[in-house]
Amino acid sequence: MSVIHYREIEGGSLGFWALVALLAAFVAAGLTAAWFMEHIGHIITGMTNQVVWGMPHVFAVFLIVAASGALNVASIASVFGKVAYKPLARLSGLLAVALLIGGLAILVLDLGRPDRLVVAMTHYNFRSIFAWNIFLYTGFVAVTGFYLWVMMERRLNGYSRMVGTAAFLWRLILTTGTGSIFGFLVARQPYDEAIMAPMFIVMSFAFGLAIFLLVLMAACKGTGRPLGNATLMRLKNLLGVFAAGVLYFLLAFHITKLYEAEFRGAEAFLLLNGGIYTLLFWCGAVFLGGVLPMLLFWLPQTRRSRAAVGWGSASVVVGGLALMYDIIIGGQAWPLSIFPGMQVSSSFYDGVVNFYAPSLPECALGLGGCALAVLLILLALKLLPFLPESLVDEPVESHSAVAGTSRVPGAT
Amino acid sequence: MNPVKPHSGRCEAQAAPSFGMHNSVLPEVACDQDRRRFLGIAGAVTLALAPGVSLIAYAHSDAPKSDAASAKRRWGLLIDTTKCKPSCTACVTACSSYNGWKNEGRPTDPQWIRKVQVSDPSTGFSRSVPVMCQHCANAPCVEVCPTGASFKRADGIVLVDRHICIGCRFCMMACPYKARSFVSENLSGQKPWAPRGKGTVEGCTLCVPRVDAGKVPACVEACARDGNGAMTFGDLSDAASAIRRALAHHPAVQLRADLMLDTGVRYEGL
Repeated sequence: MSVIHYREIEGGSLGFWALVALLAAFVAAGLTAAWFMEHIGHIITGMTNQVVWGMPHVFAVFLIVAASGALNVASIASVFGKVAYKPLARLSGLLAVALLIGGLAILVLDLGRPDRLVVAMTHYNFRSIFAWNIFLYTGFVAVTGFYLWVMMERRLNGYSRMVGTAAFLWRLILTTGTGSIFGFLVARQPYDEAIMAPMFIVMSFAFGLAIFLLVLMAACKGTGRPLGNATLMRLKNLLGVFAAGVLYFLLAFHITKLYEAEFRGAEAFLLLNGGIYTLLFWCGAVFLGGVLPMLLFWLPQTRRSRAAVGWGSASVVVGGLALMYDIIIGGQAWPLSIFPGMQVSSSFYDGVVNFYAPSLPECALGLGGCALAVLLILLALKLLPFLPESLVDEPVESHSAVAGTSRVPGAT
Repeated sequence: MNPVKPHSGRCEAQAAPSFGMHNSVLPEVACDQDRRRFLGIAGAVTLALAPGVSLIAYAHSDAPKSDAASAKRRWGLLIDTTKCKPSCTACVTACSSYNGWKNEGRPTDPQWIRKVQVSDPSTGFSRSVPVMCQHCANAPCVEVCPTGASFKRADGIVLVDRHICIGCRFCMMACPYKARSFVSENLSGQKPWAPRGKGTVEGCTLCVPRVDAGKVPACVEACARDGNGAMTFGDLSDAASAIRRALAHHPAVQLRADLMLDTGVRYEGL
């Protein structure tokens, strides 16, 4: 049986600390933005009484959705018994926790009263999907943390399948909850579809795996650790399938909407004449998020290229953010239909497409949360052995014990 | 001589351990210190409680004349849109004035009630309609609120508990009537009976302090006084009430009736 050697990254180079400093600066900018938003009020953001969720929510929901998807690689190894993915399982779990913490930090700091977090933890309305999500998110961090412990502690390795299955089921429920936040909004025509829950699950598969691939490639390149082509190509093919899955769900979602006359106005806005939202849907979500990665992954000219894997993954991330913006902001830009079939106007912007322009504090908060996630990943990689020493296609047993190395059976 | 006249067991107890000093002096000092401490604490407690006691007294001064929040009642509003004129904003002005919110035309400004101009593009039929919280029996804002800050009283009035609202705005996403506003900046000129808070969500309270005091909401009063008498307020559960009698004889609709929210606000002439 082959043995995987994990080791912390050295993390002593100037480049490493420069990256840490850069990320810390982004985190500090995000915290500063949150401080201003709390003390001055949300008046300094682009959010209004018409578009009540803005840029912070785009980043937060993207990170939360990606977090559950980042756990996929570990799930494939533990739950579905694919040994080839086992060396990557720890990194997968780490990414899941870090991305979720980054997303939650944004969400909490965007609250009108972030100081009342303790209220949110002590007062529950169990009819609210939001209240359930508080449990699902914190529980996911706990379950995945435990899963990581089981994977990293040799004596507990035998439980990895059981705990991995629990984490896998938890993540499915979690993303169902996130999608349902929008799917349950019956009053807003651009939402109000049960398919949003499974659509978010498939989106999480794609976004999470894309970020996983980018981190894996960057970490291996930065630390000089070999990364086998077979591993990379296998993951790349999987990402291509997930990207196609997102396109399929988008197609099913919009066809369902188009079939119902009451939704056609909203659909025409989002798909045809919605300006930035139409552009983001077709060029961002469809082309960058789905078509381009599939071309890069599977065209004969690029299918073996490692650079294409990187560019394709980055394209999925950019397309994912565009899709999230389209769903969250575009969905609110379309006015509520309080008087169906009638033309309406009022001093409260009834009947008009709502304007939204993200402000600097919002972007700083969103990017700060992303930076926090990457910073956590970086520091965790330096402190604990998450990354294998080698990811060559055929892992071979090392004969020399290395300080700080933990040895874990390759297949458990 | 015994100058010490203990007035409590505590003074006596303190007098016992004299440690060789004269018994007639030490208990007196101890008792004086005790008295001062007692007076200090009493003063501090008085200062701390006075505002609260005053508030309680204030609250009692405007005590409800009838039983508040009884499930036997369902407060409702009937708006006769045939009487509501597009140029009239008496209800909006009264609400703003009574509850202390201001609309200066910015998209971040709150509007607890607004006039919506509605017209049928195919026929030209038009109406001017006041829209506010519809006080739904199955209120989506109550369903989605994670902390329970959005709640429905037993008498059907939907409110926001500003003490536990965390400002997540999920209720604003869920409300089909755009009846909720978020307070985006510092406030001034608040009314004691309509507390508001930066970072929390707010909306029409159906003027609950007035209703509990046996009065009608400010918009209804203004509509009767300065407008065209288009609003009828009353108990939807009481078959003898004016609102129930009007609903029994005239067709009235609920906004977005397809959502089956069982609104407390009904519209006639739409």
